[in-house]
Amino acid sequence: MGLIDAPAPGVVSLDAGQGDGWITTRLDFLVNWGRANSLWPMPFGTACCAIEFMATAASKFDLARFGMERMGFSPRQADVLICAGRVPFKLAPVLRRIWQQMPQPKWAISMGACASTGGMFDTYAVAQGIDTIIPVDVYVPGCPPRPEALIYAIMMLQKQVMKERMSGTSRDEMTPDPLSQLYIPPSRIDKLSEAFGNSIPQTRSGQ
Amino acid sequence: MATKRTIEVELSTTGIGPDGKPQRVPLVAGESGGVALQAPPGIEPDLEGEHMLINIGPQHPATHGVLRLVLELDGETVVRCIPHIGYLHCGFEKIGEYRQYNQIIPWTDRDDYLNCVGNNIAFAMGAEKLFGIEITPRCTVLRVIGMELSRIISHLVWMGTTCIDIGAYTPFLWSFQERENVYNLFEGWVGARLTTSASRVGGMAADIPDGWLDGLKAWVRTFPKTLSECDRVVTKNGIWVGRTVGIGAMSPDEAINYGLSGPMLRASGVDYDVRKDFPYLDYETYDWEVPIGVNGDVYDRYLVRMEEMRQSVRILEQAIARLPDGPVNVDDPRVILPPKHKATSEMESMIHHFKNVMEGPRPAIGEAYVAVEAPKGEKGYYMVSDGSSKPVRWRIRPPSFVNLSAIPKMVEGHLLSDVIAINASIDIVMGEIDR
Amino acid sequence: MSEFTVIRAGSAPGLPVPATPRNVPHRGGEANPSAATLKAKFGDAIVRVDVVWGETNVVVAMDKALEIITWLHDEPTESYEYLSDVTAVEFRDRGLPIEIIWHLRSLKHRRFLRLKGLIEKGRPLSAPSVYGVYKGADWLERECYDMFGVTFEGHPDLRRILLWEQYAEGYPLRKDFPLRGRFSRAEQLEQALAANPEARYSMEELSVADAYADLPQDMRARIKGGESTGE
Repeated sequence: MGLIDAPAPGVVSLDAGQGDGWITTRLDFLVNWGRANSLWPMPFGTACCAIEFMATAASKFDLARFGMERMGFSPRQADVLICAGRVPFKLAPVLRRIWQQMPQPKWAISMGACASTGGMFDTYAVAQGIDTIIPVDVYVPGCPPRPEALIYAIMMLQKQVMKERMSGTSRDEMTPDPLSQLYIPPSRIDKLSEAFGNSIPQTRSGQ
Repeated sequence: MATKRTIEVELSTTGIGPDGKPQRVPLVAGESGGVALQAPPGIEPDLEGEHMLINIGPQHPATHGVLRLVLELDGETVVRCIPHIGYLHCGFEKIGEYRQYNQIIPWTDRDDYLNCVGNNIAFAMGAEKLFGIEITPRCTVLRVIGMELSRIISHLVWMGTTCIDIGAYTPFLWSFQERENVYNLFEGWVGARLTTSASRVGGMAADIPDGWLDGLKAWVRTFPKTLSECDRVVTKNGIWVGRTVGIGAMSPDEAINYGLSGPMLRASGVDYDVRKDFPYLDYETYDWEVPIGVNGDVYDRYLVRMEEMRQSVRILEQAIARLPDGPVNVDDPRVILPPKHKATSEMESMIHHFKNVMEGPRPAIGEAYVAVEAPKGEKGYYMVSDGSSKPVRWRIRPPSFVNLSAIPKMVEGHLLSDVIAINASIDIVMGEIDR
Repeated sequence: MSEFTVIRAGSAPGLPVPATPRNVPHRGGEANPSAATLKAKFGDAIVRVDVVWGETNVVVAMDKALEIITWLHDEPTESYEYLSDVTAVEFRDRGLPIEIIWHLRSLKHRRFLRLKGLIEKGRPLSAPSVYGVYKGADWLERECYDMFGVTFEGHPDLRRILLWEQYAEGYPLRKDFPLRGRFSRAEQLEQALAANPEARYSMEELSVADAYADLPQDMRARIKGGESTGE
């Protein structure tokens, strides 16, 4: 069920001097096929989304069908970090540390509105999106997302994994801003987190 | 340097006593024909070990969230436990001061996210107290149904995760199967699986759809079977008994003094249930019983929660039988919106709709504390109104916060592996603890 | 392993069968009988008694609060042995005093009582700790300190609980604190990330491990002075 379709036969190239040769593409396919279908998750469950994550892992939705039989609660034996739930500032260094402990190659899924954007928690305590702290591959909307949404995100991630190449730079390793160590420049974070729409009368203090 | 403390523990193993009940059998050297244990010559019998500091969490599967425990160990025995919380502090109480009463209800979903419907209803009860509203008979019974359903699914998560912690995976799968059935019921009622926002001030978000009660009736019939299956697998299981009996016991006086509530308090032998002693939603008219533990340990907490689920099924059966017809929402224009077709066709209704949504209903000056028996214990919502449409203060009295504060007392002198069992038995939800 | 004697709530003789309260008036109504007893016993220390939505509020003088709560706990005819909550309320009206709230329950008599102590604006935020009476007050008072900055005199370990010790923005639930905090989002994030999670042991904890010898001199001096800080 979780298997990915074989790439179109057109990828075979005879000219080894230009771009990927037949052997490297076939090897890429083999490696990617193996990786995509045995993504070991590292569930970083904090809040409500973790309950839906557990529901996804339980028998009705059964994440094991996607090669996720083994829940790696140790970041050192995991491939994909699933951040399920809100991440307050107090937890931010912990999340960063766990991400740094994961071996390459690694991917991240941001599950739920709070992990992706801060969601309804536009307060003094919550980081407005984990993509400032770690690079994120797939965002899952929902509060909390249904298990089907999480499964769809995992299948999207599998497709992304299938596109990776050993040669070339198709996998772009994001590096944080050297000064602030944030993945989004501080000026942009401030700009993005300004109040907008009808959130102004509701969230500004002193009214 | 802090002084080192030594705690005497009784070396014991588990067994079944002559009365058939599980009990601790002390390992006394030389007694009962056993081989006398003696230290080999040349080794000091009372080794002065160095105390070790071990950190569990905040990211650890057995801490049920982002709890962090720092343990001081003497060998494998816990000398001291220092919990650190706040890793999920999101500012619920602050944001409540910027929201109207009906707008706060989505936040109550997310503070104790295992008991969403129960929290929604508890908050609505508090706001109705501030407005002086008496809800309709149909709404009262519907709320009882919602509260008991969410109590059951909360206990199911507790059972599943605790079983995983102690080494049994199967009950987790069974309990989540049952949760899916209840999710389907909730989805049919209010459209969401987990974060339901089921209540409104003065009523519910929606009346139950046609045929919904039949689904509930069918589930109420089948659920006790699953429960007794889990019962059969776990209750007399040797590993389960060995890991839980005599662990983390609290005496009744201690439990009251520490402010424990819910199954934690009742397992310690205190016959106190908010539904019985400070009733709400006509709980006094239902026929059900409060299970009481006698030893206050992890095993009794498990037994109490199992029995509570059965009693909840009993309440559900009675509630289904008595559900009256009639309106769900009160007839009170202060809090209830006019029907949509009127709001789009009549001037007065449109103004009323607009003012109710944009400005929000305003309660009288005053304050209200509403406590309900949530799955974790006494859940209180305390709100203070200064006459404006937003509360001055919205306070959540979190039961698992207070229950967790007793963990240093409970784990002291136990083994490291028992800390996991004790922590699981508290049934913590970090969303509620840190808020 | 000994079996406990079961404690029954509502075991006081002559109690009516509890029922769901209906049609509770906004002001007035039957007050908790403990309020009258308190008035007779403590006189001037009881500033005001009012009943709001069926709940009895007793405003007490702050310097007598601990004495009153201890008496309510110990006196057999009252036996308020259960502390539900300790919290504080600050009003939007800047002139009104900050209220410290104690929610007490008597299991035996099935009573609920709300005690309030007032702190006038401009006075130091301080209240007596009831930790000596109720162990459950430990974290509740720490949280109140964390959120409002109220010092509970006599609490053995009063430090921040939900936010971290170095949190520099102030006390979030005070009305002068903006919802989104005082610093910009990027600043908040950078400050949070600058903290090394493994370094976040309290000095008390570090004193257990070998790390004690490596601590700076001033921290060792603070530990020796009996200070216990940390998250």
